[in-house]
Amino acid sequence: MDNKKLTWFNRVKDSDIYYSFIKSPTAIVSTFILILIFFCSFFVEFVTPYNPFDPSSLSLMDAFTPPSWTEDGLAKFILGTDGQGRDMFATILYGSRISLIVGFSAVIFALVLGVGLGLSAGYFGGKYEMIVMRLTDVQLTVPSILMALLVDGIARGIISRELHDEMAIYVLIFAIGISEWPQFARVSRAATLVEKNKDYVSASTIIGVSNLIIMFKHILPNILRPVLVIGTIGLALAIIAEATLSFLGVGVPPTTPSLGTLIRLGNDFLFSGEWWITFFPAIFLVILAFSINLLGDWMRDTLNPKLN
Amino acid sequence: MTFLKINNLSVNYEMRRETVYAAKKVNINVEKGEILGLVGESGSGKSTVGNAIINLIDEPGKVSGGSIILDGTDIYENPENILKLRGKKIGLIFQDPQTSLNPILTIGEQLIETIQTHLKLSTEESKNRAINLLKEVGIKDAEKRFDNYPHQFSGGMRQRVVISLALCCEPELLIADEPTTALDVSIQSQILDLIKKLTKERNLAVILITHDMGVISETTDRVAVMKNGDLVEIGPTKEILTKPKEIYTKALVSSVPPTNKKIDRFKIIEKENKSQGETNIKILNRWTKKEIINQDLVKVKNLSKTFDDSFFIESTKNSVMAVDDVSFNIKEGESFGLVGESGSGKSTIAKMIVNLYSPSAGDIDFDNVCITKINSSKEMMKFRKQIQMIFQDPYSSLNGRLKVKDIVAEPIKLHNSSISSKEIDSYIYDLLESVELTQQSAERYPHEFSGGQRQRISIARALATQPRLLVCDEPTSALDVSIQAQILNLLKDLQEQLNLTILFISHDLPVVRQMCDQIAVLKNGKLCEVSKTEELFNKPSHEYTKELLTLMPKIESIYN
Repeated sequence: MDNKKLTWFNRVKDSDIYYSFIKSPTAIVSTFILILIFFCSFFVEFVTPYNPFDPSSLSLMDAFTPPSWTEDGLAKFILGTDGQGRDMFATILYGSRISLIVGFSAVIFALVLGVGLGLSAGYFGGKYEMIVMRLTDVQLTVPSILMALLVDGIARGIISRELHDEMAIYVLIFAIGISEWPQFARVSRAATLVEKNKDYVSASTIIGVSNLIIMFKHILPNILRPVLVIGTIGLALAIIAEATLSFLGVGVPPTTPSLGTLIRLGNDFLFSGEWWITFFPAIFLVILAFSINLLGDWMRDTLNPKLN
Repeated sequence: MTFLKINNLSVNYEMRRETVYAAKKVNINVEKGEILGLVGESGSGKSTVGNAIINLIDEPGKVSGGSIILDGTDIYENPENILKLRGKKIGLIFQDPQTSLNPILTIGEQLIETIQTHLKLSTEESKNRAINLLKEVGIKDAEKRFDNYPHQFSGGMRQRVVISLALCCEPELLIADEPTTALDVSIQSQILDLIKKLTKERNLAVILITHDMGVISETTDRVAVMKNGDLVEIGPTKEILTKPKEIYTKALVSSVPPTNKKIDRFKIIEKENKSQGETNIKILNRWTKKEIINQDLVKVKNLSKTFDDSFFIESTKNSVMAVDDVSFNIKEGESFGLVGESGSGKSTIAKMIVNLYSPSAGDIDFDNVCITKINSSKEMMKFRKQIQMIFQDPYSSLNGRLKVKDIVAEPIKLHNSSISSKEIDSYIYDLLESVELTQQSAERYPHEFSGGQRQRISIARALATQPRLLVCDEPTSALDVSIQAQILNLLKDLQEQLNLTILFISHDLPVVRQMCDQIAVLKNGKLCEVSKTEELFNKPSHEYTKELLTLMPKIESIYN
């Protein structure tokens, strides 16, 4: 054994994951695209001078400008403008910020709920496990988009009209999160069943460590790999679910446009020739979801000990 | 002319960081009618040589030099050669009979398939041939069992089927890669006898790959010793085992526990002369040493455990009696051995003593308190502190996500709530040094250690609570013999210095003989006999014990 100091950075650089990452062009390209999208979306104020939410900067004269490379295009609006004269490029980035926030929050919500229930179900077993797992089975028979619609419908019934627009984004996060947790619960339960029979768990029990600490300090870090893979693929699903719900008009209100609402707004103009208003947000959504999925696939292959 | 000639064989594995030389210029000859033993510890390249003969080396490994000439044909000269030879001229027996048969085909179908691949025979003729083969390898009612599936056979019978599969095209060379490692002692000797018989009757050349020196001395005519891809020594078995020339072979032979006598410590021959006999058990300063009073520390009374498989309905149909009315006492300060084959219930008893399972019936008294009926967790913690366990598999008994430091610190923090972090560090260092690990080990993760070192970490963790009883569940069966000798020495030292009481569980009789003062023999959950070690080995009273003793492979048999 060498005496090289094992800093965090060295450990990462030395790991097999890093090695397989630099050997996989797909992973590098998709990570690059994702970093670019995340950066542009969260620092959109520094990327583009336009602010689609500032009415004073908008001019209806600019409405329906086609993309810059077409005949009537203007150089200052690269991807053209929509019906209110907002720059498409800026609007997409502002929209993707909402989409990403909703997607991430929904996945984290689903992950915490699903892993919490799945881990405890796998660890304690018995009747509790049976109830949790049958619950996931029941929920998996309902299509997740229907589930989200149902939650949204109930929320509309409970929350008053004035509050609704304000609360819409939280309702959306809850709706998508609740429709995705069974996946996390199933995966973490299965992984827990494997881990809990390993001797290190018995050793901790014999030492006298409490169940809660065994679950979170010992088992949880060991089941995170498959959970991360599901989480990545779940992120793509959540972003698509957000777009779908917004497209159907039950997601974020039109005043705070996400990718879904942009596609919906543009859809009205599609047959009158203004194709770019719906086309670019749609392409952006495809690239975003595709990159996340490719990265998720790579992670699944790399982190799966069976495939190595 | 030699039948099989391995000439300067080299096999490389091109890995990410380095190239591993699994075999370095190995020269081995095998004649017809002899059994050549290929012995070495894990990673010595013995299986690589076996696989190279049939061209079954896994990626990224490749044969980088040398030649293998079988009966005049160079295997690597033309890739088509091996296809003609594999299965037909060379038969293979793998380690695990559970996985080397296809579970969804009957053994008859598998035999006929293999026969028809190599020989042009009609189905009827192949069937006759298959049945004769099954009879030859000792399967009774071969005609009836022909249509059975692999799961309907026991482990030993399945290995016989595997052997008949290997023999079905009249091979002249048989390669057996650890053919008995997954089997119990009594079945092991049957399979080895079968291989010996077949070698004589069919004039086969056999390569027997194993790590077990007892098997080597009882079965083989010649033996080749390998280490790290090098062929250390080759020659007649008797000569190699009784008068080894190389230091490594000497070390290997001396670390095998003798079956006929009890020795004090295992001799460990090391190239760098470490000051021997000097014990460095620093933990002694912190240890509140218990005086050994002549009393029973553990009393197991009529202990039973049933596992039932029924989830919805309570029924006795599916239940398995793992432990059936077992009673014994362990004196304070002694080593108590629990011996039995797989499924005898020895691990279940251990898990009940450490309170991982609760017994279905019976009591366990520890220090005159019944520990199976404790309800309050506070009371339980007192006993958790006093009973610790060491597990069989060093790879699953340490949490790979924690540093060694944190693994060892966990019990210390838990049982000494007021300890300062500086104090914990020095405590950890003392523990690690007591098990002969360096202080630097504390900052590393378990995957950076070898199996033997991991087992030492496991011991350090178990000692952290200063237990009185240490339950060792097959602590060395996953380790190589030389490492096993070191770990057993360590356990002996620790016991002596710290006045530990040890419950030692093993299937390996020679090891138990070296370690224990008293031995209990278990069979199918029932206790056969309990007696003093020397008494048990010299005058066994129970039939089953006698059987076990005669069947165990003895390295000493070579001297007769």
